[in-house]
Amino acid sequence: MSLYRDTAVVLRVQKLGEADRIVTLLSRRHGKIRGVAKGVRRTSSRFGARVEPFCHVDVQLHSGRTLDVITQVQTLDAFGAGIVGDYQRYTTACAVLETLDRLAAEEGEPVLRLYLLGVGALRALADGQRDASLVLDAFVLRAMSYAGWAPALEECARCAAPGPHGAFSVPVGGAVCEECRPAGAVRPVAGTFSLLEALLHGDWSVAETTNTRVRRESSGLVAAHLQWHLERRLRSLPLVQRDVSRPPVPDAIRARAAAAGEVDDSGMSAAGHWNHD
Amino acid sequence: MYEGPVQDLIDELGRLPGVGPKSAQRIAFHLLAAETEDVTRLQDALQSVKEGVVFCDVCGNVSEQQRCRICLDSRREPKLVCVVEEPKDVLAIERTREFRGRYHVLGGALDPLSGVGPDQLRVRELVNRIGTDEVTEVIIATDPNTEGEATATYLVRLLQDFPGLSVTRLASGLPMGGDLEFADEMTLGRALSGRRTA
Repeated sequence: MSLYRDTAVVLRVQKLGEADRIVTLLSRRHGKIRGVAKGVRRTSSRFGARVEPFCHVDVQLHSGRTLDVITQVQTLDAFGAGIVGDYQRYTTACAVLETLDRLAAEEGEPVLRLYLLGVGALRALADGQRDASLVLDAFVLRAMSYAGWAPALEECARCAAPGPHGAFSVPVGGAVCEECRPAGAVRPVAGTFSLLEALLHGDWSVAETTNTRVRRESSGLVAAHLQWHLERRLRSLPLVQRDVSRPPVPDAIRARAAAAGEVDDSGMSAAGHWNHD
Repeated sequence: MYEGPVQDLIDELGRLPGVGPKSAQRIAFHLLAAETEDVTRLQDALQSVKEGVVFCDVCGNVSEQQRCRICLDSRREPKLVCVVEEPKDVLAIERTREFRGRYHVLGGALDPLSGVGPDQLRVRELVNRIGTDEVTEVIIATDPNTEGEATATYLVRLLQDFPGLSVTRLASGLPMGGDLEFADEMTLGRALSGRRTA
C-alpha cells in the first residue's frame, strides 16, 4: 500500500518545519490518518487551501515510515467557506472536529459511521439552516451512541425502571429514578429529556420548537456526558458560542459613539445599531 | 546518550521549533567545536533577547523600549492601523514599503481547537486603542487560512459599528507567477468575488 486514495475530512493542522504541515484526517476507509502536506504554507502551494480544517476532500497519500505524505487533494465540499463567516458556527464546528478527533482514537481503524456523522454535522453547520448549538448536541449524542456511550433517556440508567424520570446523573449514565438517584444528580427543566430524545433520533420538528432554557440545559448535559466519558476536557467546548447574539458592545465603542453624538440616552444609536442584543 | 552537559544541550536544542534530534545533535557538536568567542556572542544574544526585548505597550510588537520604533515614529499615519497575528507579519508588511500606518499585533488567531478564544488575544487592547486614538481605518491582515479568516470575521463583526471607522481587509486572490489551471477552487473563487475594474 505505497499509494492510496480516500475521501476524508480535515480535522486539524499543525505547522511542521519551514513551510509544511501535519494534517490529521478522518477518512472513510482508513479511519484517522496523519499525513504531511509539503510546502502548503507557501502562498504558491497548489493545494494549501484544500487541506484546511472543515474541508471534505478526495486525497491521495503515499505511505511513509512514520507519517504518510499527501500527494494530491481534490475538494469535495468546502465547508469552511460557510463556517468561518459566522463565529458561532466556527466555534461549534471546531467542537465537532475535536470530538471526531477524540472519538476516533486509533489511527488506521475505519470508523465509517463517525465519518458520516462528522460530514453531516459540518454540512448542516455550513448550510446554516439549523441552530448551530442543536446541530452540535445532535452530533455529540449520536457520536456517543456510536461509541457505545449513549445516555439512557427513557429508562433508569441504573435499574432500567421505565421512565419518564426527572433526574439526570452524568456518572451513572443518564436518567435516574428516585430510588437510584445519587447525590449530585441534576433535575433538568421540563422538556429537556424530550429534546435530548429528539436530537438523538433526528426529530428536528420537536427539537426546533424548544425554548432557549431547555436548549441550554440539554447542551450542558450533553457536554458533561461527553467529557465524562472521554475522561478529559475538550479545549474547544468552553469557547463555543451558544447563542446567536453579537458580542457585547465594548465601552470604547459606546464612548466614541457618545462623543460623536450618535447615541441617545438609552445607549442606542439613531440607526438602532445596538439593538441586536 | 552522551555525557551530562552535551546531552543537556542536545535536549534543550531539540525543544526548539523545527529542530529534530539529529539537527540538535549536529548543532550541539558544532557549538562544542566552535571558538569560545563565537559561543559567548551567541550566549549574549540569547540573554539580551530575553532581558532586553519587551512587547510594545501600544501595538504588542517586539520592542527594546516600552513603545516600539513604529509607534514612536511621528511620520507614520496614526489614523491607519493594520491588524496582524504575529510580530513577523509586521516585518512582512514593512517589506512591501507600501504601508505608512501603524500596527496592532493580536498575538495569534482564534483557534478553539487549541483553546485560543478572543480573551487570549489582544482584542480588548485593539478596541480600547480605537476608542481612545483617532483611528479612522483598520486594515485586517490576518493569515489567509481558516483561523485567520475566522479571526477577521470576528473583528469585522466587533468593529463594524464603531462610528467613523472603516474596517477593510487585505485583498486575496491568485499569487504572481502561477498557472490558473493549478489554482484551487477557494483561491480562484475569492479572486473572482474580489475582482476589480481593469
